[in-house]
Amino acid sequence: MSGHGQAQRQLQRFAPSRARQRSDRLARGFILAATVIALIPLVLILYYLLSKGLSSWSPSFFTTDPTGNTFFAKASIGGIKSAILGTIEIVALASAISIPAGIGVAVWLVEYGGERLAAHLVRFFVDVLTGVPSIVFGLFIYIALIVGTGSSYAGYKGSLALSLLMLPVVIRSAEVVLQLVPGALREAALALGAPRWRVIFSVVLPTALPGMVTGVLLAIARAAGETAPLLFTAAATFKTDFNLGQFMNSLPVQIYNDVTSPTTSVVNRAWGAALTLVTMILILNLLARLVSRRSRLA
Amino acid sequence: MSTDGPAATAVPHNDPMELEHHTADETHPATDAPATAQPQRPAHQGHSVRLEGLRAFYGEAEQVRGISLEFPANQVTAIIGPSGCGKSTMIRCVNRMHEEIPGAHAKGKVLLDDVDLYDPAVDVVAVRRAIGMVFQKPNPFPTMSIFDNVAAGLRLTSRRRENLSHKVESALRSASLWDEVKDRLSSPGAGLSGGQQQRLCIARSLAVDPEVLLMDEPCSALDPIATLKIEELIDQLKQRVTIVIVTHNMQQAARVADRTAFMLSGALVEVGPTQEIFTTPGDLRTEEYVTGKFG
Amino acid sequence: MEAASVAGGDRSVLERSPLARLPDRLLKYSLAALTALILALIVYFFIRLVGEAEPVFAKSGILDFAFNNDWNVGANHFGALPLVLGTLITSVLALIIGVPVAVATAVYLTELCPSRVKTPVTVLIELLAAVPSVVYGLWGIFFLAPKLQPLEQWLADRLSFIPFVGGGLVTIPNIFIAGLILAIMILPIVSAISREVIATVPPDHKEAALGLGATRWEMIRLAVLPYCRAGITGASMLGLGRAVGETIAVTIVIGDAPQLPHQLFGQGYSLAAVIANEFGEAQGLHRSALFAAGLALFVLTLLVNGVARLLVLRASRSRSASPANPASAGTAIVPAPVR
Repeated sequence: MSGHGQAQRQLQRFAPSRARQRSDRLARGFILAATVIALIPLVLILYYLLSKGLSSWSPSFFTTDPTGNTFFAKASIGGIKSAILGTIEIVALASAISIPAGIGVAVWLVEYGGERLAAHLVRFFVDVLTGVPSIVFGLFIYIALIVGTGSSYAGYKGSLALSLLMLPVVIRSAEVVLQLVPGALREAALALGAPRWRVIFSVVLPTALPGMVTGVLLAIARAAGETAPLLFTAAATFKTDFNLGQFMNSLPVQIYNDVTSPTTSVVNRAWGAALTLVTMILILNLLARLVSRRSRLA
Repeated sequence: MSTDGPAATAVPHNDPMELEHHTADETHPATDAPATAQPQRPAHQGHSVRLEGLRAFYGEAEQVRGISLEFPANQVTAIIGPSGCGKSTMIRCVNRMHEEIPGAHAKGKVLLDDVDLYDPAVDVVAVRRAIGMVFQKPNPFPTMSIFDNVAAGLRLTSRRRENLSHKVESALRSASLWDEVKDRLSSPGAGLSGGQQQRLCIARSLAVDPEVLLMDEPCSALDPIATLKIEELIDQLKQRVTIVIVTHNMQQAARVADRTAFMLSGALVEVGPTQEIFTTPGDLRTEEYVTGKFG
Repeated sequence: MEAASVAGGDRSVLERSPLARLPDRLLKYSLAALTALILALIVYFFIRLVGEAEPVFAKSGILDFAFNNDWNVGANHFGALPLVLGTLITSVLALIIGVPVAVATAVYLTELCPSRVKTPVTVLIELLAAVPSVVYGLWGIFFLAPKLQPLEQWLADRLSFIPFVGGGLVTIPNIFIAGLILAIMILPIVSAISREVIATVPPDHKEAALGLGATRWEMIRLAVLPYCRAGITGASMLGLGRAVGETIAVTIVIGDAPQLPHQLFGQGYSLAAVIANEFGEAQGLHRSALFAAGLALFVLTLLVNGVARLLVLRASRSRSASPANPASAGTAIVPAPVR
């Protein structure tokens, strides 16, 4: 027993001072607190979304178009059918454009560009492109396809704006995965006498595909939540229209328009739409996570 | 032989309670304490370390399988053995560095002058102050100057600045580095040669005045000339601290160590005076190893 | 392959016919062309954007556009200073609030947290990035702003001696709320990149600090943070780029008042918000001014992101130069931050 006490006292010479122990505890406390603080908004947003959004969900909410009525309390304001379908259509077309193009650029970077100056330039450019505000992509498409053409907003123009936004994300994530494809695999195929394009199509791409799905899903999720580039490319409308050449409604734009309404029921529609949108995006994110866990290239 | 030494030094430290308050911040004021019969802890009166049934694990895998061993005060003990025999893991248990690796833990006792370092009441930070460590690869802080590297440990414990440059100088002198760097103390530590960096790391450890210095293959990344310098240094330092050095180089063990321990597959095969281990080992496996038959 | 040997009977077996080599070349050049096309498109867009913005510059000069504080649609006069200031103030506010929290979470996740907690917390923080901008706006205006108003008013009353911060009436959408929302929005990206940067700190340095008898916090202060300074700065700059360009959430919560921001808890405007808000009805010079605002936004984000990328790249380069570091650091850091 006394040996113990003696022991402690002898090491005491080296023990950190009270002040040091206190600042250690304090700093660790702050760091933990900051982490908790970082999680609070997520919890609050999800809670608020659920409590506000669920009450406006009903079968008819998903099966009727918004009516545009915001004044007459008795009349129906409608649901979000056109917005859901519009978002799906616009994002599907944007994906159809940006995924092949993005993977193409990534293949060029990895298989042909290598360490050449041009490849480094493209990489840097793509990185910088990820930081360009989404509204600027909307302006680009507006300038190129609406100014001076005599035409107006259209769903496919929104898709083009979103595809610009998705491109850098797809390129960078696909590139990372392509680089993980073992060089030995390529060499094995080349040594069999296969030409490079066959190696790319029958060895490199199939190997990398599962890994690329993750990046692609995240890019889609990002595009689906974007409002700004659609404001003056696809605009907002009420009716469901499957023609991508026409004005097209979308969830984010409808939410944005509804937020500014003074009518409570319209604001509630925005909450319902927001819950729908977040659910769609979270499902995409979860899918991406599942796929990436399944397919570790290693 | 060494058990008397530490006991003698342990007494003056644990007498007055108020001592604890001084010593928390300062390393030396033990000299001001009234009960200190000895004027200052004599340089030659050091501290011993004793392992009792030490076992170390990585997750489930047992890397060190029950070692009992003593490192006598003011002596250099070398640990030799083939790579993977657990010698690095073993000395990392002595200052409880082993447990920093995720999933790793240790069992058994490590006694510094009869203090069990694995006692739950012991502060791991104090253990590492008392037992300094020099690593395999020189690891000066890359963002700090030579001066700041040596001062890093001192600044943690002491608010007072006036003695700092004096202490830094004496640590650099102890590490035989002073003459080489005195004109460029403010240049980055990472700019030194490998051997100088390693001596800088030794100076950094010495600056906080530890009782024991652990060296984990300190010369494995160095050229022969730098290695020689460190070996000379080790010989001087044992006046001040108890040294444990892990090495895969048997010549080095023969040159620097008073005692040598031979380890195999996580267990201690034998330990004894270096001369004896290299000339008349008691165990056949030791003989085969030191004569180069395996490893 | 078969084609080569069959078609070219008189040809050496080692030589492939031009026909067989065609697909290879086709692929190589079409991919190169695709890459070049995308680059060219962006350059084309940029030139067109400058062209569309030109009328407003021609009317009263670039300097007047940038530094005049009168944004008056009725008078057909467009000085963007209130917008530029609004953008900068909200973004800097976002950095001040967001970066310390983001870096702290990164430090917690890499150095302090028990391994069981690590993955779930990481996933949750990344989920913050999955929430769409418009939802942040919705939540900000209907939940955050009303809930915080009493606190803000209390602060404004207490701090009335500080110009810009104190005094005045707290309006419901205001600059501070915009900065706070932006802070939440940039948190995931700053945290993710900081985490990757902190993960590159060699264990050697951390052990050196611990071996000296440093406490865990002292180890972080001594060995981790100084080593990561450039990388964390880069991460913060990327966050700044995000904040500068963020449109919809800010449009909803900033109050949309084209006046010089004179009070932290008052209304303001930002470059991105003005475009989102006014573009639909804008004609002539007004539209040109909005294009000019877009151009300013574009250039601003290009600068911020360029610098940020260079910092992060350099941080990971110098890492991979030292042998102990995984060469993957460079590629691990660069992939497009996904939101």
